[in-house]
Amino acid sequence: MLRFIATRLVQLVVICFLISVFAFLLVHLLPGDPTLAILGPNDTPASRAVLLHQLGLNKGLVAQYGTWIVNIFHGNLGASFLTKQTVTNALGVAVPIDLELIVVSQVLALIVAIPMALVAALRPNRIFDRVATTSTFAMLSLPTFVAGPLLVLVFAVTLKWVPATGFNRISQGLGPNLKSVILPSVALAIGSITVYYRLLRADLIATLQEDFVTMARSKGLSTRYILMRHVMRPSSFSLLAGAGISIGTLFTGAFVVEVLFQLPGIGYQLVQAIYSRDYLVVQGMALVAAVAFVVVNFGVDFLLTILDPRVRRA
Amino acid sequence: MVSATSGGFETHGTVALGLGGPEVVMSAVPGSGFLSKNKGLGITFWVCLGWVVFMILLAVLASTLPLKAPNFQDYSAVNVGPSTHHLLGTDDLGRDLLSRVIFGSRVSLVIGFVPILIGLVIGGATGLLAGYRSGVADTVLNAVSFVLLAFPALLAIMVIETFWKPVSLFKLTIMFAFVSSPLLFRVIRATTLSFSSREFVVAARATGAKTSRLLLRELLPNVVPAAVSFALIGVALAIVLEGSLAYLGLSIGLPTSSLGNIINDGVNSNNLSVNPYIALWPSLYIFLLLTALNLMADRLRSYFDLREVSL
Repeated sequence: MLRFIATRLVQLVVICFLISVFAFLLVHLLPGDPTLAILGPNDTPASRAVLLHQLGLNKGLVAQYGTWIVNIFHGNLGASFLTKQTVTNALGVAVPIDLELIVVSQVLALIVAIPMALVAALRPNRIFDRVATTSTFAMLSLPTFVAGPLLVLVFAVTLKWVPATGFNRISQGLGPNLKSVILPSVALAIGSITVYYRLLRADLIATLQEDFVTMARSKGLSTRYILMRHVMRPSSFSLLAGAGISIGTLFTGAFVVEVLFQLPGIGYQLVQAIYSRDYLVVQGMALVAAVAFVVVNFGVDFLLTILDPRVRRA
Repeated sequence: MVSATSGGFETHGTVALGLGGPEVVMSAVPGSGFLSKNKGLGITFWVCLGWVVFMILLAVLASTLPLKAPNFQDYSAVNVGPSTHHLLGTDDLGRDLLSRVIFGSRVSLVIGFVPILIGLVIGGATGLLAGYRSGVADTVLNAVSFVLLAFPALLAIMVIETFWKPVSLFKLTIMFAFVSSPLLFRVIRATTLSFSSREFVVAARATGAKTSRLLLRELLPNVVPAAVSFALIGVALAIVLEGSLAYLGLSIGLPTSSLGNIINDGVNSNNLSVNPYIALWPSLYIFLLLTALNLMADRLRSYFDLREVSL
């Protein structure tokens, strides 16, 4: 077990290192003199000196990476030469929004997917199962950039229940805050519902055929009790695995959703930085986002391994 | 958005792949195969295949079909609904939506199919070899694919194209092929692995068959169903990814509008309340295309008994 964790940690470190090298090299993909592109209209001797110092561009490639990574470990992810805002500050604004989106959307997805899977798995191939399975199939074909505009059209434009765009912080009151995140969360949840439903349904059907379920039935326990106490637990590993799998979807979806609903999360700010060619901000944010993605993925993996010894065999 | 939920899950030829959009968890189960209870692929599969072929034909023949020019602005017909003149109506600049959707689908379809075909060749060749000859090469390739899959693809592509200007269809195709190869590698490797110790392979080897024969005549035919089924999902994923990029305004720039661009147009500046058709038609196109691809992949999976497994 310890060995397993150690191996995975080494892998994690290696991948994070590679991501950092990759992010570092991005600046060198810029055609011509990267300082010209980065400074843009702010090409003054003073800002040039700051940039040269920050990137260490007058040194060799390895030394440049050294300068850059040391800065990062000191919490200096770079600053925009256009807006003077540091990447760290921008992230401080963005991260809570992303977290809220992810938490709300995942809670929504689980609230929908778990009961659906339970009912469907109890009577597989009957009407409810067929309708539910077919509708998740349809959801599978609704990417966020299709589902989002549809939701806006129905709930914001036609019914006017919620605002179409904008974000209200929790400090502005829970009601307005939830109103501004509910549509984006639903748009994000659609992909997750499909994943959770399919995994849980398949797992539940398999677990329901186990001998211990027959045993529990023959003891006269109620279906509800069996489902909750005997079946849900062994079947919930796939849910967790599903959570790991849907991180990827969430990531892509969150970018689209933030741009559509104009929520200033990481995706939105990253896209804005790309539009305004704020290269250092793009670099810093991409680094943080990629590392966060990898770390969360590994975290879910760890959890899965600790909870379910069967995974460890590999 | 491509994530590999790690090596831990790959026991016994099972692959868990975390991707944006459609999700698959599948394993190639040896033993059942061709004589499963389903006699054919069923009408659904053929209807979907016909539909996808029809969409491809429309895109290929777009220039020769009697369509209006996709960027022609007819100011006498701005935001009109579907009519005999404009079958799907026009947008806020008086451009014909039918023509825009069909021309826009070209980018989606090229990015959907071409990189996956490239990935199928690269991933297929390496996967077949790695799965057959587990050894140093296999370990290395596996590690490389694992590292590549740990990068979130959308983020990587977005960022690379910011620095690697200008964006072109060629560059996008390369990046998408680069992203899809490790995915297909893993699927094909896992499937090959599950077949390479089967009796018929051992028997063929015992009769002195050459490696090339073993790979091409014994293993390849058995790997193809899983590969094709997964490749279809890969196409769907690539289309979603390109659509997301285009929606964010980061795919190929104007004047080549792709479907994501049109949806974005339809959402911006009040268009959604004034003329929802602008966003609706390309959305419907993508929805129908993805549904067809997903259904085909699903039919193939159940026909060849490539079971979805719980982990």
